[in-house]
Amino acid sequence: MSALIEARGLTVHRPGTTEPVLSKVDFRILPSEIVTVVGPNGSGKSSLVRALLGHLETARGQVQRMPGLRIGYVPQKVHLDTAIPMTVRRFLSLPRRVGDADAQAMLARTGVEGLGSRQLTQLSGGQFQRVLLARALLNDPHLLVLDEPTQGLDQPGILSFYRLIDEVRRETGAAVLMVSHDLLVVMRASDRVVCLNGHVCCEGTPQHVSSAPEYRALFGAEAEGTLALYRHKHDHDHDAVGHVHGPDCGHHHNA
Amino acid sequence: MLDDFFIRAVLAGLGLALVAGPLGSFVVWRRMAYFGDSTAHAAILGVAVALAFDISIYVGTLGVAGLMAVIVSALVSRGQAMDTMLGVLSHSALAFGLVAISFVPQARTDLSSYLFGDILAVGKTDLALIWTGAIVVMGMLAWRWQNLLTSTMNEELAVAAGIDPRTERLILSIALAIVVALAIRVVGSLLISAMLIVPAAAARIWARTPERMAAVAAVLAAASVGSGLWASLRLDTPAGPSIVAAAAIFFLLSQGVRRG
Repeated sequence: MSALIEARGLTVHRPGTTEPVLSKVDFRILPSEIVTVVGPNGSGKSSLVRALLGHLETARGQVQRMPGLRIGYVPQKVHLDTAIPMTVRRFLSLPRRVGDADAQAMLARTGVEGLGSRQLTQLSGGQFQRVLLARALLNDPHLLVLDEPTQGLDQPGILSFYRLIDEVRRETGAAVLMVSHDLLVVMRASDRVVCLNGHVCCEGTPQHVSSAPEYRALFGAEAEGTLALYRHKHDHDHDAVGHVHGPDCGHHHNA
Repeated sequence: MLDDFFIRAVLAGLGLALVAGPLGSFVVWRRMAYFGDSTAHAAILGVAVALAFDISIYVGTLGVAGLMAVIVSALVSRGQAMDTMLGVLSHSALAFGLVAISFVPQARTDLSSYLFGDILAVGKTDLALIWTGAIVVMGMLAWRWQNLLTSTMNEELAVAAGIDPRTERLILSIALAIVVALAIRVVGSLLISAMLIVPAAAARIWARTPERMAAVAAVLAAASVGSGLWASLRLDTPAGPSIVAAAAIFFLLSQGVRRG
């Protein structure tokens, strides 16, 4: 299967410096795959996403996007300005115009039914996230890219948001690339997890990443929770499946 | 009908008003007020160049304003601290323009017509050029409308949809340079950005969508041209400043609506 987006040896510098934010990252996402990028603050998660989308210049390496790839993007933070009047309905038609019926149905689907005539600036954070998701889905994407999509949502909101993503994936077969802080939920929902700290520290199935020492070193106590999630289910062999180590993680395998 | 100087003035003003609405809206949405200023002020330098080399005023202002717009837009792309930089560029362009124009003897006498416009002296050729330019700019904006709006809302969303925000910025810069060249006879270098910003700012209160704001801004700009010219004729006041003063009164009224 050919990748939707593939990056090789991707190096990105902090703007205006030669200080690397990301160095030599290899990354690929296949159709229908759910990949989650985790990592501490400043580990380059958002930079990775933005470089993959082509919004950040790469210092070295290359990014290949499948020709004709449709991306539905929900950015981490959209600054809304009151200078520009914009209803939810009008926003859904940017840049591709969509029909009224489709727009209404998608708003209902993402749980913000009937908000079409509201101004974007009058929405709550959670409502706006859902509108962004609706807009992304209306583009009938091959790949849904979500950068910290649950910021501003409460706990039930977060859970229902991920449930919705999961449903959408199953219905449309779209691949999902997520950056997230919600370790516990995300780990459960992903096919593959990439643990990032300037470089790829480790990656593989959630089970493998959650038991990797470098993941636990990065996330401490919170990691214990996700490990516990799997420990009782899987009596696994550490090096058998899909667990890949990056360089310079400062640990050794003593299996 | 075109033989009447007043009719020509009204038509020239309406041509400008038509584009000032939508383009001015982008200037307001993207917070490009200073950008508009520096491009407009560079037009004075363009006038000096045109007179010195005996070429058309329109070509001279379009060239120099266009150059300034591209430079400023490149600086914006590189994410410099823009406020100070634009302040420096805007006022230096004006100062250099005024110095340069003092070397051109025939321009010294009617300097104020370049600074504040001379709409009552607009000829048939001017009129044809203003309307051609206005239609070109309207066409550019209509052609790129969806992309321009998307990259104005959020550049990351635009990039993810395959739009290059730098292209859209360049389109707006070129449109701005054309409008500056058109407006120099109508309201003059110093008041061009007022003509862009004031009607758009007044229109904000009546608009729920970007299209509505652009349309209302165009109508308000046209109303400002009409009432400004009328007042100028009745009270014997300078035409360009009267038009902008009328626009400012509309803005004040719109703020009253907001309160009430």
